[in-house]
Amino acid sequence: MTQSAALISPPDLSQIPIETLSDMYRRMVTIRKFEETVYDVYSRGIMPGLAHLYTGMEAVAVGVCINLRPTDNITSTHRGHGHLLAKGGEPKRMFAELLGKAAGYNHGKGGSMHIVDLSLGILGANGIVAGGMGIAAGAALSAKVRREDRVSVAFFGDGALNEGLFYETANMASLWQLPVVYVMENNTYGEYTSTARSTAGSAPARAEAMGIPAICVDGNDVQAVYGAARWAIAEARAGNGPRFVECQTYRWRGHHMGDQGDTYGYRTQAEIEEWMKKDPIPRFGQRLIDGGRTDTATLAAIDAEVQQDITDAVEFAKQAPYPDSSEVYKHVYA
Amino acid sequence: MSTPERIGTIREAINEALHEEMQRDPAIILMGEDVGLAGGVFKITNGLLTAFGPERVYDTPIAEAGIVGLAVGAAMTGLRPIVEIMFSDFTTLASDQIVNQAAKLRYMTAGQTTVPMVVRTAMGAGRRAAAQHSQSLQAWYCHIPGLKVVMPSTPADAKGLLKSAIRDDNPVIFMEDKMMYNQKGTIPSGDYTLPLGKARVHREGRHAVVVSTSSMLYPALEAADLLAKDGIEIMVIDPRTLSPLDTDTLIQAAKETGHALIVDEGYQSFGVTAEIAARIQEGAFDYLDEPVRRLGALDVPVPFAPSLEDLTIPNAAQIVELVKEMLA
Repeated sequence: MTQSAALISPPDLSQIPIETLSDMYRRMVTIRKFEETVYDVYSRGIMPGLAHLYTGMEAVAVGVCINLRPTDNITSTHRGHGHLLAKGGEPKRMFAELLGKAAGYNHGKGGSMHIVDLSLGILGANGIVAGGMGIAAGAALSAKVRREDRVSVAFFGDGALNEGLFYETANMASLWQLPVVYVMENNTYGEYTSTARSTAGSAPARAEAMGIPAICVDGNDVQAVYGAARWAIAEARAGNGPRFVECQTYRWRGHHMGDQGDTYGYRTQAEIEEWMKKDPIPRFGQRLIDGGRTDTATLAAIDAEVQQDITDAVEFAKQAPYPDSSEVYKHVYA
Repeated sequence: MSTPERIGTIREAINEALHEEMQRDPAIILMGEDVGLAGGVFKITNGLLTAFGPERVYDTPIAEAGIVGLAVGAAMTGLRPIVEIMFSDFTTLASDQIVNQAAKLRYMTAGQTTVPMVVRTAMGAGRRAAAQHSQSLQAWYCHIPGLKVVMPSTPADAKGLLKSAIRDDNPVIFMEDKMMYNQKGTIPSGDYTLPLGKARVHREGRHAVVVSTSSMLYPALEAADLLAKDGIEIMVIDPRTLSPLDTDTLIQAAKETGHALIVDEGYQSFGVTAEIAARIQEGAFDYLDEPVRRLGALDVPVPFAPSLEDLTIPNAAQIVELVKEMLA
């Protein structure tokens, strides 16, 4: 059965230390400004390849990752920039990777969909839908076997919910009580097809059918995501097996850069604007102000600092050299 | 066990290597369908669950992609998983995890991660198992940079190569011909390892070289005996690992004999025989008296009827005929 609302009701703002609240706000703003800068850089033809932007979904990555330790693992998706930044990824090295530069996380050999930072527990974005789910469960298996206090979070979208790998690996995770948290980002569309047209039944019920307790939260409310993830991660860490959290949200910028507004005809401009009114960042900022935890000037200062960081990061990446041609042969084999 | 070597089967050699390696390194885990309680459908993993317990030996659900997926994640975070996929035909179900994840992660991350894992799988026709339990898909995996592909043909090679595959920091596809599990030979005792990428000359000969992979060694050796009666001496070489391939040894043999035939049980078209033939022709062209010949499995789904199945597998008579044709 779905967990009762009481069990996972978001913690009162007054119970969360201001440092944590500020950190959450800062991380969300970082993701937003990073992604909007990617949009700009890509649109001007400076960035090669593909870009799937996380804009509008910031509350999910941040609400989850704020509960994680550096030693905890995450696996991410093709829409992964938000997860990486929320887990501590450096904008400089990320931008360098996005531009195919040697200073990038992967020396420019992975690009937007493949950034890894093992020192931060980031086991990788992944270009295959659901491709990282085995990795997340496998990392949890090794944590259990090696008696390491590590939890794995598998971020995935509503599209991945219909991939077989989810069922194969979540079944084993449940059977063997592995410390995995499944975070489903239901951003309303898998590529250009709506969840309503692609997904039968309910997502949490699918997890529950495998014995995995599941909940569904408003993915545009960082406080709600934080509360749900805190519960799920604590349960997994305590050895109680996997948990499943569905976060309902929306990606403003389409499936990828070539899918802006209503170009593909599967969604309307009015729908996009309706979701933009639920922007998770000002919503959280206003709540902090209303709750007397901060003020407009403090938030504006954070916005300005982050903007400077992102501007510096993209400038660094633009100036950075491309990899030497010898790099092409490196790292095929250990 | 304490004798320096003994006579045993490939099944026993693989089982011994698994026992010894799991004893040596606590990071090694074993996963697969029925590998624990039942000891595996081919009884290769007998005794391992008893010896190492359920935290090291996992009876998995029937979920090939999931098993390999978990192995990749475990390998990235400190374990050295060995996965058994019952039939190589079923590796197709796990091919995303093998091809897109395991093989590429090290490269894509510029060496930040390694994926030290072994996928053991049973291949080969002759078991009257029809088209979905009989294939030899080594060429598929040889095609993918980042994977190593190993195919032993004797008990000693099975033991020595498996130990090295387990210790290798790359994903290794270890293909075992199911018709050879009872093949007997010497099993060296103790810590016997063989380097990956080193061919073995099974028989010397000056008229032609036959390069045979996995179980094709045996029809090749049988053909060598038959040809010897007619005064034709053929060299027989088993590359033992297809990726990396010991190209130098194969080219040298072709140079010495001037005639080369490649025998492999994968489908002939676009297969292992084509790649090896191309490398030999590139490296030994001026020394060759004849084009390199190839003998693979017939390009048909493996049929069930024994009389039909046998037609698809390379045999000694065909090798004799092709060698005589080359030398004519």
